[in-house]
Amino acid sequence: MEEIWVLAEQRGGVPAGIVLELLTAARGFGRVVEAVTWGTGSASAATALGQYGATKVHDIGDIGESLPGPKVAAAIAAHILGGDRPDAILIGATYDGRDIAARLSVRLDLPVLTNIVGIDASDGALTTEHAIFGGSALLRARFTGGGPGIFVIRAKSFAAEPVSPAETAEGAALPEPAASPVIVVMEVPDTGQSDAARIVARHEEERSGPKLDEAAVVVSGGRGLGSPDNYSLITELAQLLNGAPGASRAIVDAGWVPYAFQVGQTGKTVKPTVYIACGISGATQHMVGMKSAKNIIAINKDREAPIFTIADLGIVGDVTKVIPKLIEELRARR
Amino acid sequence: MNVAVCVKQIPDTASPYALEPEDYTLVREGKLIMDDSDSYGVEMGLQLVEAAGGGEVSLVSMAPNGETSGLRNALAIGAAKAVLVSDPVLAGSDALGTAKVLAAAIRRLEPDLVIAATESTDGYTGTTPVQIAELLSWPSVSFAKHVEVSGGLLRVRRQTEAGYDEVACPLPAVVTVTAGVVEPRYPSFKGIMAAKSKPIEELKVADLGLDPAEVGLAGARQQVISVEAAEARKAGEIVIDDGEAHERVISFLEQLKIL
Repeated sequence: MEEIWVLAEQRGGVPAGIVLELLTAARGFGRVVEAVTWGTGSASAATALGQYGATKVHDIGDIGESLPGPKVAAAIAAHILGGDRPDAILIGATYDGRDIAARLSVRLDLPVLTNIVGIDASDGALTTEHAIFGGSALLRARFTGGGPGIFVIRAKSFAAEPVSPAETAEGAALPEPAASPVIVVMEVPDTGQSDAARIVARHEEERSGPKLDEAAVVVSGGRGLGSPDNYSLITELAQLLNGAPGASRAIVDAGWVPYAFQVGQTGKTVKPTVYIACGISGATQHMVGMKSAKNIIAINKDREAPIFTIADLGIVGDVTKVIPKLIEELRARR
Repeated sequence: MNVAVCVKQIPDTASPYALEPEDYTLVREGKLIMDDSDSYGVEMGLQLVEAAGGGEVSLVSMAPNGETSGLRNALAIGAAKAVLVSDPVLAGSDALGTAKVLAAAIRRLEPDLVIAATESTDGYTGTTPVQIAELLSWPSVSFAKHVEVSGGLLRVRRQTEAGYDEVACPLPAVVTVTAGVVEPRYPSFKGIMAAKSKPIEELKVADLGLDPAEVGLAGARQQVISVEAAEARKAGEIVIDDGEAHERVISFLEQLKIL
């Protein structure tokens, strides 16, 4: 692969974690890695992007109160149709990333591959890997037509590693020392009515403790909790373990907790040191989001629950009895 | 206010999914059900029409084989009609091909609003609704956790990494809803009976003026190369709770140096 672009979401000059993962991956199979970024602070994100391998940063700049999808997709498409054509565009599977990928796909009339968990470049073309059927099977796919390929990749599929000085000095598959990339302005063409939505207010939800997708310990609850009130057991156990609370889709669908808590195919992918599944049977939908945890503890009444087939420690019991005792013991140790 | 809701009919999620050995497309035999994820969109459409005091909810769906069983429940809870694009050439369509078909069907309906789930349960590509918006040159608001229409504007709370954004958007527009945003109603007996006589318009790809080469497996321009069993995690130790099982959890966490 000659040239790979990575879509670089950033907030206040700090690139999202997935961006650094994608830059690291891109370095593995692209001769040239470039980033496309936008929003206030985009210029100060460039340094960090360079440290992870971007030699050029295409800066769309401030997009005001627009949602990113229409403007970012239109800018990238116009640039590509103007002749600067990368071989692949890597996009993180985030809220905005999926919007951009979708609109870009239409603008370029090119297909997208989504939910990618791995990329193999060993024979020159990019072969993507997708976890299907709850992660019990691995599907490999590739594009058959012309590029650039639009790849939407799930978080935690690659480890993020900065370009080390030694690596750069050898210069093998890597570009020039990339600490300060070239910043070029990427123009936004007229987006018309497609860009008519406006953000009128931004709300940050107070969350104490670590973020769900970064926590070393994740404690998730499911239907087995019996009632929405019992979710407080999950919150408290997570807090005592300095972890983050999560949820199965079943209780998000039922309105017990907001969507932001959801772990699974729809929802967050987590890779903690310990994942504690409480009252979760282990639907394929859920397993695909947590089966890469280093250690899995499952507590469930049903001995036949699929979650026990992947748990390192399985407790067959009622979560509403086991968790209060756990909480009591942990409190006593404080 | 007229709302079009995209609904997908999928194999029953209660039975294990399988892929066709030849082309790795999903086996879709037997009775199809409406994707649970779409029940929230249908309910939301009904609520918005009720709040507006007029208009109707139409369903838009695509299937290779004329299947309608998954549409009846949505008609039974109050959708007025359905458009089903059904054509053998649609088998193997990717997200973009699907979006082209649904966008063409939606154009005929001229709705004020299109609602879809953020992603389907079976294919979960998660790009089709916003591709539809771009094909129609409409604005879109994805990952809505609350939706209302006031003063001619769609007002949405959109999920973000940090919390949520309040977004205002003129109509027509596409909105995608996360599961659990509303409580889908159950069909009444009267509703179920009425659904049997509600119109389902069946269209072919040619009726939409689309080139068959753009849709189906031919238009997908992507190919599954292989499917194999993933490295399996092994089941570990099982402890039956006798009132002291929490102690084993504590010692396990100690082993891992979490405690």
